Amino acid sequence: MQLLRSFLFRLASTAITLIGVAVIVFFVIRIVPGDPISMMLPPGATDEDIARLTALYGLDKSIPQQFLIWAGGVLHGDFGMSITARRPVLELVLGRLPATLELSIMALVIAVILGGAAALIGTRERGTKIEAGIDVGNGMALSVPDFLWALVLILLFGVAWPVFHISGRITPSLDLPFATNFYLFESVLRLRFDLWADIVSHMFMPALALAIPLAAIIGQLLKQSLKETMHLDYVTLARTKGYGENRVIIREALPNAILPTLTLVGVQFTFLIGGTVIIERLFSYEGLGNMAIDAVINRDLPLIQGIVILFAVIFTAVNLVVDLTYALLNPRLRHA
Amino acid sequence: MLDGRSQVRRKVGLRLWLSGGWLLLLVLAALFAPLLSPHNPLEQDLFLGRMPPFWEQGAEPGFYLGTDSLGRDVLARILYGARIALIVALVAGGLTGLIGSTLGLLAGYLRGWVDVVISRLIDIWMAFPPILFSILLIAVLGPGLLSIIIAIVVIDWTRFARVIRAEAMAQGAMDYSASARVAGRRRLSTMVIEILPNVLPTIVVLLTLEMGIAVIVEAILSFVNLSISTDDPTWGGMISEGRASIHQAWWVMVFPLVTLFLTVLSFSQLGEGLKDRFDPVLR
Amino acid sequence: MSYLKISNLDVRLAGTPMRLLRDVSLTVKSGEVHGLVGESGAGKSMIGKAVLGILPRATEIVGGSIELDGVDLLALSPREHRYRLGQSCALIPQDPLTALNPSRRIAPQITDRLTNILGWEAKRARDRAIELLDEVHIPDPERVMRSYPHELSGGMRQRILIASAFAAEPKLIVADEPTTALDVTVQKQILKLIKEMQQRHDTALLFVTHDLGVVSKICQSLSVLYAGKVVESTDVRSFFDEPAHAYSRALLAATPKYTDPEASLMPVPEAVIAAVKAEVEAADKSWKHD
Repeated sequence: MQLLRSFLFRLASTAITLIGVAVIVFFVIRIVPGDPISMMLPPGATDEDIARLTALYGLDKSIPQQFLIWAGGVLHGDFGMSITARRPVLELVLGRLPATLELSIMALVIAVILGGAAALIGTRERGTKIEAGIDVGNGMALSVPDFLWALVLILLFGVAWPVFHISGRITPSLDLPFATNFYLFESVLRLRFDLWADIVSHMFMPALALAIPLAAIIGQLLKQSLKETMHLDYVTLARTKGYGENRVIIREALPNAILPTLTLVGVQFTFLIGGTVIIERLFSYEGLGNMAIDAVINRDLPLIQGIVILFAVIFTAVNLVVDLTYALLNPRLRHA
Repeated sequence: MLDGRSQVRRKVGLRLWLSGGWLLLLVLAALFAPLLSPHNPLEQDLFLGRMPPFWEQGAEPGFYLGTDSLGRDVLARILYGARIALIVALVAGGLTGLIGSTLGLLAGYLRGWVDVVISRLIDIWMAFPPILFSILLIAVLGPGLLSIIIAIVVIDWTRFARVIRAEAMAQGAMDYSASARVAGRRRLSTMVIEILPNVLPTIVVLLTLEMGIAVIVEAILSFVNLSISTDDPTWGGMISEGRASIHQAWWVMVFPLVTLFLTVLSFSQLGEGLKDRFDPVLR
Repeated sequence: MSYLKISNLDVRLAGTPMRLLRDVSLTVKSGEVHGLVGESGAGKSMIGKAVLGILPRATEIVGGSIELDGVDLLALSPREHRYRLGQSCALIPQDPLTALNPSRRIAPQITDRLTNILGWEAKRARDRAIELLDEVHIPDPERVMRSYPHELSGGMRQRILIASAFAAEPKLIVADEPTTALDVTVQKQILKLIKEMQQRHDTALLFVTHDLGVVSKICQSLSVLYAGKVVESTDVRSFFDEPAHAYSRALLAATPKYTDPEASLMPVPEAVIAAVKAEVEAADKSWKHD
């Protein structure tokens, strides 16, 4: 009951945050200089044409009026029309969302694997040169953001030793049998491992660049709490049961050490998703972020709104999911 | 036991020296760019386009790190680029720190409705994708150095506000601030006299880290071409240009990238080193 | 006949000359309860940890041997060492509140030695666990098996830890101040339970405590420690009748008698402490020569 109530409270608080995001982004982009309508029309368009089109997109009304009309539409699932693409914003945005989601999740998986391995090995070898080396690596990875790691990776594995693709999501000349935009998942479901390999080869570097800072955070936090846990009595007791170091770390210490790491990783994962904007641009990856930058350059106001709102929804959803997972994993909360 | 501790200290010291040394070098390069650089960073010579650095075959004498596709000297552009990077770091970092810390202190110490409003703002800000938000702001404000600085401050004040709010709350709960209140001091002066000095080390550390972030944001915005006009030498702009011709002329991207990498690493290591210094456990 | 034989054991703080155990020798016979007494910091827990191979990383064994059933544990490979210990030794820890893994249910924490070291099937191990919980007088063992540690009281948890220690029928159990962290009312029950279980399973017990009253109730023999050195190792009767060492006598005088709680207590005299210190330092000097 307590859990349900705090969950509902969180939900309400999230709604207020999302409304705040909507209001701010709506008013900020209305003061963008540059008239989107005149950018759409050919040079010979008359003032009449401009006025007609402006009225069509509702841009002739006052800004608060425009907001109410827009907000009313959003409640019915109508995010307006993109000015440049002349298609519904929702359709465009949902078409690109899978690419960004796949990239973020692949980055998360890489980060968990790298960071988890660093933490486990560091704990096992605590107090040795190996742990010191892991600490130095973590420090480096944390000091430099994903943008720079991406450039370094492009130089290393795209130019100096070209093993991965540095641009796009899939080789354009390939025939695509996909029914959805979740290329990575669908290629596995359809057992098309040739396509899967091509997609992974495109995604690997952007995903790795996004993953490096998060991996370092996971590595550092998890190692710290693992090392603290290793001193506790139940771990010592497990040792007397004849278990080796590996088993003691993984079976006894890890389940308890994960919880404090999990909450911070949630926030960090939203930072990672925010990072896709520039990383997608850098790798010409056709996701939401790349579309967002184009939308800003083209002054496509409805599209910008739609994308920012979607990002905000994803961020808050990630935080909610993390909180729920925390409650589910923690036996004390689960039974409370 | 003594050995372990002194080793930690030595490592911290080396880290501070290396990162501080690189940043000092950068400051000198920025100050004396006109004296140091052999060429005008804006001077184009299409006949001298994409000349390799001095140790490669076919290098043009006098252009030590080669030229870009418009024949501009890479070294000169890196040196002048340091000016823009450092201005952004200092001004944007400083302003962000000032505004963010003030709001954080007010929220954490005064609590009540001030805290409610500021915390809600922080929540809303955390729900924005920061890079997209900054690109949007540059679109609103128009390109230019001032726009970049404003964009960084608007986006990043929450970094300070979040941490300082929590610290101020912890400090405000301690006995000494209560006794200052009992002694009849006003709330705001208690905040400045009793709380501020105790959160100052944290502010300094955050400030150092923020400077590195500011340099990166400037580079990202230049990269997306929303920063300063493309003629002006910025590291991000150079990287963006070099990315396009990476297979023909690697040096156009590699040198500014290495400079940017070392600078960001140094700010960050300096911040971490200072954090260790201030940490009473290690002190 | 002795099951555990510690000879000339020396433990140092790793990388330093600081000695934690000095030339410790003692024996525990099969089925016997041997008390380890001394002030806090005297190294009594350290001996138990050395036997179980759970010394902290910052320490190192620099000399001596620990023989279990005639086999020198320190000469085994780490893997064999762990296996042998897991099979034949167990620990009853000091603090029941921290000694159970908070994220695992009770059942696997009792049975995992059976399934992993002895290779039992899950069903058989489960039945045995319920039997054990019955033996330590826990009502409704089925429900307790499904519980998480935080749902049970401290006394319950200590009973579970005792059941878990006896699960694999070990030949030797180290009890590390098993009643110190408990309420006084629970202490007596737990002590009675340990004695009952020890007699039923005929297990040798190395009982670490600072309480001579407890020793007189449960132990057949004991060793007195001071500053990491065994100053006297004897059977309980002769210890209480005529303690051989001056420090033992002083310790005895400083302990309240259950028969006469009003009798005045003598603190350990300065002179005795000085004498025992000098003795330890002399032993130290002779040790440094090799």
